[in-house]
Amino acid sequence: MHTKKTPIKFDPDLCVKCETTACLMNCQYIEFADRAEARAEKLKINEGKDSRVLHECLTCYACQEYCPFGNNPFYLLVERQEEKGILPAPKPIVEEQLRMMGPKGRLTKAPVSSPVVNMCTFPMLTGCVRGKLFEGASVIVGTDIFCNVMWLHFAKNSTIRERVPKMIDNIMSFYLSDADTNEMVCFHDECYGTYTSVADAYGIDVPFTPIHPFDFYNQRLDALKAHIKPLNAKIVYQRPCSNRLCPETDSTLDEIFEKIGADRVPRKYDRKTALCCGGVPRAHQRDEFADELVEKNIDDMLTTGATYCVFNCPFCMSTLGQEVADQGLMPILVSDLIQIALGD
Amino acid sequence: MQHEEILHRCFRCGYCKLPGNYTDINCPAYLSFRFETYSPGGRMWLLRAWLDKKIDAGSRFAEIMFSCATCGNCVEHCAFPEFRDRLLLAFIAGKEALLEAGCAPPAVRDYLTKMQLHGNAYARPMKKSGEWARDLDLPAYSDQEYLFFTDDAGTWDPRGQEIARSVATLLRQANVSFGVIPQGLCSDGNDVGAMGETALFEELAKKNIDVLSKFNVRKIITLSPHSFNALKNDYPALGGAYQVFHYTQVLAFAMSRLTFSENSDPVKIAFHDPCYLGRHNADYASGRMMLQAVPGINLVEMDRNRNDALCCGGGGGNFFTDLLSGGDDSSARVRVREAADAGARILAVACPQCAVMLEDAVKVENLDQTLRVAEVSEIVMERVALTY
Amino acid sequence: MTSDLIARLGEIVGPRYVSGHAEERYLYSMDQGTMPPAAPDAVVMPKNTEEVRQVVRLANELKTPVVPMGAGLVLSGLTRALKGGIIVDMKRMNHIIEVNPKSRYAVVEGGVSQGMLQAYLKKHHPELKHSMPDAPPIATLAGNVCIHGSGHLSVLGGSHSDMLTGMEVVLPTGEIVRTGSCSVAGQWFARSPLPDLSGLFMGWSGTTGIVTKLGIKLFPSYKHNDVLVFVAEDADLMPEIISRLTSTQVAEDMTPWMTPKPEWARGFLHINIAYGAHTKKELTFKRNLLQASVREYADQKIAGFLPLPPPQKGRFLKIPSPDLARFADLRKGGGFEYVGAIMAIEKFADAYRAGLAIAEKYQVSYSLGARIIGAGHCMMFFFAYAFNRADAEDVRRASDALEATNTAALDMGGIPWKAEEPAQKQIIEKMDPETFALMEKIRGVLDPNGIMNPGNWEK
Repeated sequence: MHTKKTPIKFDPDLCVKCETTACLMNCQYIEFADRAEARAEKLKINEGKDSRVLHECLTCYACQEYCPFGNNPFYLLVERQEEKGILPAPKPIVEEQLRMMGPKGRLTKAPVSSPVVNMCTFPMLTGCVRGKLFEGASVIVGTDIFCNVMWLHFAKNSTIRERVPKMIDNIMSFYLSDADTNEMVCFHDECYGTYTSVADAYGIDVPFTPIHPFDFYNQRLDALKAHIKPLNAKIVYQRPCSNRLCPETDSTLDEIFEKIGADRVPRKYDRKTALCCGGVPRAHQRDEFADELVEKNIDDMLTTGATYCVFNCPFCMSTLGQEVADQGLMPILVSDLIQIALGD
Repeated sequence: MQHEEILHRCFRCGYCKLPGNYTDINCPAYLSFRFETYSPGGRMWLLRAWLDKKIDAGSRFAEIMFSCATCGNCVEHCAFPEFRDRLLLAFIAGKEALLEAGCAPPAVRDYLTKMQLHGNAYARPMKKSGEWARDLDLPAYSDQEYLFFTDDAGTWDPRGQEIARSVATLLRQANVSFGVIPQGLCSDGNDVGAMGETALFEELAKKNIDVLSKFNVRKIITLSPHSFNALKNDYPALGGAYQVFHYTQVLAFAMSRLTFSENSDPVKIAFHDPCYLGRHNADYASGRMMLQAVPGINLVEMDRNRNDALCCGGGGGNFFTDLLSGGDDSSARVRVREAADAGARILAVACPQCAVMLEDAVKVENLDQTLRVAEVSEIVMERVALTY
Repeated sequence: MTSDLIARLGEIVGPRYVSGHAEERYLYSMDQGTMPPAAPDAVVMPKNTEEVRQVVRLANELKTPVVPMGAGLVLSGLTRALKGGIIVDMKRMNHIIEVNPKSRYAVVEGGVSQGMLQAYLKKHHPELKHSMPDAPPIATLAGNVCIHGSGHLSVLGGSHSDMLTGMEVVLPTGEIVRTGSCSVAGQWFARSPLPDLSGLFMGWSGTTGIVTKLGIKLFPSYKHNDVLVFVAEDADLMPEIISRLTSTQVAEDMTPWMTPKPEWARGFLHINIAYGAHTKKELTFKRNLLQASVREYADQKIAGFLPLPPPQKGRFLKIPSPDLARFADLRKGGGFEYVGAIMAIEKFADAYRAGLAIAEKYQVSYSLGARIIGAGHCMMFFFAYAFNRADAEDVRRASDALEATNTAALDMGGIPWKAEEPAQKQIIEKMDPETFALMEKIRGVLDPNGIMNPGNWEK
């Protein structure tokens, strides 16, 4: 059965009326002579014409955040890349990963109870779900519930459209339909982005309530206030691309850091100007560029005098962790940092 | 025989023969005899061949099977996940099948007969099982926190008794609340089980469980890692569930209660991981923690340590049956050479069987002028300022 | 006669290290591969060269065959006693005699294992390493050199026989000879400039003597090590890709692999490229050279490097890789054997397709791959088939597939490596008759009684 594809939620008129072209003008990786040029390229994308942006895009998701109208510029860009067969990475690399990350049909129905924590495809990190922070949590994990947002990096909206509904169906039928809760805590904000921003833009129904990890942690910290021993430590934060899909949660992270006594030292490459960890450009065969990003990023981190380099994205941590550690910063996930403050 | 369905799956790639860093052969029987037949893979294939009636069960085959020291190196280093968890179980099942076929080396037969008749490997009257404590004046177990359980060697072997006495003294010095049951307990049966004599193991275990129940024992400190293993892992299935600790595990956390004499000469000590504390129960820390808490001790490591440690050769009942000695490369002799190479002046042990095996080896290797084998509580006691 | 043999051998090595028992005769009659068993009359384990010499002299006296054996991991049955006699298990001769850090060689006894030398160098000479094959670490250096093995430094240094710097060998008649510089100068730094007698003992499957010592080249061991995995879909591109990657002269090791399992890998052609450097900067520079050499394919989006975060690289950097031994568990049956064919690089696609076709025809579980030898000078292309040892039909299928592969490899102009006894006959059939006549002449001179591993390299 062939179902008609729901187009990306996008209003071309908003773009035409836009006076900033913030999506491209803020881009940290593609340079434009002036706004006129950026606007011209953006209009080409809108109209389905070829644009150098489609070829040069690092796929960092940031334009999703920069657009003042929430007009999904990045999802549209990926749509156009795929329509035109513009591959950011070699075909065998994409194909092989499509298979690696594909559903395996290995789930078995298991009772879960609140809080249900979705660990996506990070089975090696299920040990992070521990202690008071995650007391009573049920963990769900595996490629059969993979959020599939990564395909935004590979011009594969079609895969997102094909697989995300299946994953949602798996989450419901294997876990949540019989559970005492309709909420699902996303360990990785990439999952949260899928079930909120992406699902909305692609017209995918989400029958459960995704909870962002920061919201979950923040609430738990209120409940566990008596246990908090402030860290009194300076930290730098590696804000991941996935947080661009839910930028409103960044301020919640600030609240978390304040509660546990972590000083998020301002630096050049945090918040709106966060830098890509370098992982995806390597898949795009741009290692030398990735090296530059890593060097700039870590040099910037080192100017802060921080003790910890905090990650929320396990992939960023896997990509940058060793490099950061080699430079004397301790790489750590947000949840683990909180666990330290809680004495777990 | 149990596990026979896995025997043919062994590829004989030989990872099982080595430690994780490949330094040298780490399977005691293979090290000593060097024929492929004595390696874990050799045993797997021979068992298969025997079941397929391609070879007969004779004295050589029995010697090959019973020389396995159940040290667990093969389980640790086999390249096949999951399969490897059943390696030792298959060897033990193989020994059981050989016993059923009436095919056991004479030394094994003698050992098991003594166990059957006397409940200990020394053929001593069980009513004298409290004699090791002699003048120590240890309290009989009643409402103390722990029961102190001495194994066969600790109860009857002269050197084992010294160690049992030393551990008891140190436990007392560290204000650990414990008592002993002077009569009624027999061998823990660990090595009987490792020889495949399951029924006898269960008989011994049940006898002990009856006594332990009578005394309402909940927490046990064992002298031997072998006892620790049996009581912790095998007794629960037979109705005896206790909180079981090896003595190093209790003492490691009690070291801060000790006062040490000043001006102790610095000394280099290597810790020999006992197989039944280390590989079988994944505790590589307690013995080292005890030693590191003592001023003046400089802990050095042998090339093969922790999960790579070379067994003393006494496991699997070989301490009693002595099937592994005879060549220049008996495990114990190789081990003391390794300790000497590491620059250690003392080789620290945490098992009475290891102590006896390695002390004998030091003499054979003529290393007694430069290397001393000592049990960890003895090393600690030498430096403790006694308070009574 | 056998009890006399055992007693006489016992007088040489001590009774503990000789056996005529059914258990040893059974186990030493076969290896892990598919060749049928052939039992020895005795297994003996000498401790030194002199004991080896005495064993060989005794064998001459009794006209009894002698089969030298390292770890017995050849898989192609070369250490079976095809005509009975004595298997000489060399593993008690396991001393590392010398490491010369300045001239970068090690001298080891004939039973020293790969793992033992690796561990020794890591501890005592961390700046040096030797080329490890992907055989399990208990495999011996001597056995591997004698079969022209290859390994983790083979792009850099060629096959392991190319890394040999000299040998001490007990001849079939009991003389002890040395080849290479050690025969003149005492040191083991090179085989040149002398007549290269080492060739008399490599590739001969133990039919010309017993290697009791050898010198092997050592190479710099780097602080920083990395691996790239290149992925392509078109087998016809592989020779050019290999050529470009090797042209950088940066890789230590290059191993293409094509397997149907895990499922994601099926149909793709991978090349693991290992390289190292003293500094991170140098490592990055080398990576850039490798990537630049095949940039064109990435730009065309038809092939590229798999993105591997550092934690995922660990398994590719493990030397030797236990994955190869694990292949034996694929059918939960403890067996695999492979045809490794030494062949020209340009035959890559032919070999790949032949492997797929044979696996399909014989319904065997396969893994295909290669190790590049030298700077793209040739390759050892392997066709590995797993089988269930307990299933005679499965073993037969694997055996048939291996035989078909040997034929296919020879038809493609490749030469089966460490060939089984039947494959040796196939090779001889294709060999220049006068070349084979020379081989026979040499054997006749070296081994007048025909005692050395008889049944091998015979018409």
